[in-house]
Formats: sequence, structure tokens, C-alpha cells
Amino acid sequence: MVLFGQTVICGILLGGMYALIAIGMTLIMGVMNIINLAHGSLVMVGMYVAYVCFTQFGIDPYLGMFAAMAVLFVIGCLLQRYMINRLVEVDSILPENQVLLTVGIMLVLTEIARLIFKSDYRSVTTSYSSQTMYFGDMSISVPMLTGFFIAMLFTFLLHLFLTRTDIGKSIRAVAQDRDAAIYMGINSSKITMITFGIGSALAAAGGSLLLPLFYLWPDIGHFFTAKAFIITILGGMGSTMGAGIGGLVLGIAESLGATYISMGYKDIVGLVIFLLVLLFLPGGFRSLAKR
Amino acid sequence: MKKTNNIIGVIVFVAALLLPVIIQAPYQMHILILVLIWAVMGTAWNLLGGYAGQVSFGHAAFFGVGAYAAGLLEFHLGISPWWGMILGPVLAALVSLPIGLICFRLRGPYFALAMLALGEIFRLLFTNMESFTNGAKGILIMPAITDKVFYYYSGLLMLLVTVLVTTLIVRSKIGYYLVSIREDQDAATSLGIPTTLYKNLAILSSAFFTGLAGAFYMNYVAFIDPHIVFNLTSISVMLIMVVMLGGVATTWGPTVGAALYIYLGEVFRTTLGSANVLVFGILVCLIIMFLPNGIVGEIGMLKQVVTRKKTSVKEGI
Repeated sequence: MVLFGQTVICGILLGGMYALIAIGMTLIMGVMNIINLAHGSLVMVGMYVAYVCFTQFGIDPYLGMFAAMAVLFVIGCLLQRYMINRLVEVDSILPENQVLLTVGIMLVLTEIARLIFKSDYRSVTTSYSSQTMYFGDMSISVPMLTGFFIAMLFTFLLHLFLTRTDIGKSIRAVAQDRDAAIYMGINSSKITMITFGIGSALAAAGGSLLLPLFYLWPDIGHFFTAKAFIITILGGMGSTMGAGIGGLVLGIAESLGATYISMGYKDIVGLVIFLLVLLFLPGGFRSLAKR
Repeated sequence: MKKTNNIIGVIVFVAALLLPVIIQAPYQMHILILVLIWAVMGTAWNLLGGYAGQVSFGHAAFFGVGAYAAGLLEFHLGISPWWGMILGPVLAALVSLPIGLICFRLRGPYFALAMLALGEIFRLLFTNMESFTNGAKGILIMPAITDKVFYYYSGLLMLLVTVLVTTLIVRSKIGYYLVSIREDQDAATSLGIPTTLYKNLAILSSAFFTGLAGAFYMNYVAFIDPHIVFNLTSISVMLIMVVMLGGVATTWGPTVGAALYIYLGEVFRTTLGSANVLVFGILVCLIIMFLPNGIVGEIGMLKQVVTRKKTSVKEGI
């Protein structure tokens, strides 16, 4: 029973942080209707910003997170404005062009990181890195718990932002119906740009929260891209709350898979759930809520 | 127009036949063989992704199954991996049937993601089934033939067969069905085209030739492991890049794309050192932004613009 509780708690904590990354992806997907395969590498860039803040200036990753978010917001806006947006009007045989462009961006970001930081595995050691708390017989790592709560706080703030502010409402309007939003006087291209920026900033936040837990190297982006799009599909494309729940489900499923099947098969568990949801619940968990 | 194309075709073919006589450096031959392997894979992907419009992010699964079929023959049974050139493509085609059954329930980006997930599942399975596949240690064989000229000509033959069969499919009624599915699947269904059947046919032949390329790769390179042949970025995604680079839904686009990809990769590697993938990535971005239908695809459009014919870019045949 202790083992089971330990597994589930670990899954929930990790899933909460994955969810933050996936929410960034789902925002972009909702507004732009593209699968952003560069998302993981944006996470990676955010982690490196936080890493540099820590090693060069001694700033704690949880504070460096804000620097990473600011940097990634700007990068995201620029990427959307000058690269991805250009493809919206281009006429081509396959509509998947934008997806491929994000793959190209992923390559470029990964290789720039490799050029600057080499392929070495890096990690951040803070005073709380290896601290654990005990909850009955179950041990919980402190950085995981802190990361989880900050991620939940961000999700809540984002929810308020999307439902209460003008920009947030505009984002939702563009996601629902771009043409109608334009008729209502919303500057949809500006909103799209800001959305991409916010999505990237959330990716950076998620990355910085995971920095004390993960090794950091340029190719770690692929790992996060895979996690983020699985969660996005689980939750339903464009749904923030769905992504939150999807993150928790994926975290728990992988954690259970790792404990009870085997460490090597834990990623397969996530992918199989992903396929099943695609086939039998194509709207994700969001469609369950609507019923 | 057609005549000049034929003449160019004959010249290129003769040049390809004579190349090993002119070039004898093993390094150059190695590059040429890699180009041929990628050209076969690109042509195969193009049938499903370019003509039928079903963009697959998981072709590494078929490539890997083909390669492992050849490798495991030698590893478990001690049979020459050249038999894998028959077994590999057949197995890949068999594997594609359930995959098609699952994934063709989905469309557009959902199909792409499902294929991506399946490709990854294959990589993880082959990494974890250690007793059967030797896991992450991979399979190393001792090739019976080391003469690169032999590999070059068999690769060339393989590419010719692939291009011939794909062209036959595309020029036949099936090809028109596939294009109609790409352009508007609902309209195709309403015209009475059994879309699922033809999409399955497309993935079947696509998987067959990708598996063939995989088996050939095993024979030529003589070492595989799951992270090489099932790799998402360096096989599945690069394959799409190669086709996009050369020209989607064109006969020779994938071959042109493969040649560019391999040669540019080598040139960048020798001149730019560790920045080679970076420059390649920038190039990919530029090409997608400015030549969205690839090099061969845009040449056709430019020609039509020059001769002031009415253009219909989306035709693709």
C-alpha cells in the first residue's frame, strides 16, 4: 500500500509539472491550429536560461524562472511573427508545412544550445535538491512538491487570465472562431503572437521547475515534446483544464507503469493510453465533461 | 516538353550507371549509396504522404522492421541477411496492415500524431525485448560482400524498381483516387471511392518499399540498434524533410531531396564542424518558408509561370 501511495503521489507531482508545459502547447494549438513540435526545445531553452542564471549569477532556479519566462516570451513572439505566421498564407500541397517548420525550428534551437553548452549532461544542485519530507511512511522530494505547487499556482493564474482579462478573452475568442473574432474588432494576428509568447513562457516555467530534478542536455527537448503532445491530446486540443487533468493522468499512468510493469516500458504505457484516447475519445477528457 | 524530360531522364540514367567507373573513392561511393537508400525511402513515403496526403511521422517503424528482419535472420538463425531483402519488406507490409487499420480512423494532424506514437512504440518495444532483439546493444553482422560498387548497383536497381512501381500506381486509376483523397476525402467518399481501402493500399506499398530500404541498410551498414533505425528525429522526421525539400507528390522530388540532404550534410560536416546540423536546420526553415512545394515542385510552377500557362499547382501529378 505504501508503494502504491508513493507511486501515485510521485506521478501526481511530476504530472502537475508536465501539465504546465502541456498547457503552453495546448494554448498555441487552440489558437493557431498547429502542432508545435518545437515546444520541447522551447522548454529546453528555458531550462538553459534558468541554468545560466544559477551558475553565473547564483540565482535560485525558482527565481531564474521569471527571467526564463521573459526571454522565452520574446523568443516565442518573434518565432510566431516572423516565421510561422508567414506560412499561414502560403499555398502548398500539404497543410502540414507549419508542423515541419516547427521541426526545423526545433533542430535550430537544439543545435544552438549544443553549440553553446556542448552535449554535456548538466544539473543544478541547490540546498534543497535532495531534501525529502515524510508523509506517514511515504517520502516526498521537496523540489518536486514545490514545483508541483508553483505549477498549480500558474495554472490557476492562467485560468484567471483567460477568463477575467480582455487579452485572455480575446485569446479564447480567436481560438473559438478566428473570423468572428476579427469581426468583433480583435486584432487576431497580435493575439496569435501574444498567445505563442505566453505558451513559450509557460514552457519555460515548466522547464525551470523541472530543472532541479532532471539532467539537462540539448536533446531533452524531444522528451518534453512527446510528453506535451500526449497530454494535449488526452485533455482535448485547446483545453487548459483538460491539459491539467491530462498531465495528472499521464503522470500517474507512467508512474504506475514504471513501478508495476518495468522501467523500460513506462513510456509505452503513456503512448498506448494516447493511442486509445485518440481512437475512442478523440475530443479528449474535455468531451467527457461536456456530456 | 515531355521529350526533353525523357532525354534528361536517359542522360541521368546513363550517368548513374557510369558513376562507379568515374568515381572510385570509397567515401564518394558510400555517400552515393546513402543517397540511394534515402531516395528509396523518400519515394515510398511520398506515395502515402505526398499523393494520398496522409502525412506519416512514423515511417521509422517500417524502416526498422525491415532492418531488424534482415538482422535477426542472421542473429538467430544464421541465415544470410540478404534473404531479409525479401522477408523485410513483406514483414513491414504486414505490420502496416494493423497500423493502417488503427490510424486511418483518424485524419490530418491526428493521423500524424498517431503514427508518431506508433513509431515510438516500436522503438521502445525493440529496445525492451532484449531476448529477441538484443535490446539497445543492437545487432552486428559480418557482411559477406564489402565491395561498394556492388552495393551501389543493387541500390540503384532498388531505386529504379521503387520509382517504377510508384509511378505505375500513381499513373493508374489508384493514383487519381489517392490524390482525390488528399484533396477532399469527403468528396472522394461521396463519389463512391472506398477511401479506407485505397489509403490502406497506399500505406501497404509505402511500408513495403521502406522495409526494403531498411533491409538493404542492414546489409550495407551491418550494424543497427533501435535508436538508429527507429529514431524519430533522424529517420521519421528527416524523411519528411527530404521529401519536402525535393518536392511533395513529384516522381523525382524525393530523389533530388535525398541527394541534397546527404550531400549538404556531408559538405556542412566537413566545412562547418559541429555547426552542421544547425546550418541544415536553418536551410530547412528557409526552404519550407520560401519553397513550400519543394525544389522539383516549384520548378514546375516556375516553368508554367514562364510559359504563361494556366497554373494549377495543387494537381500534383
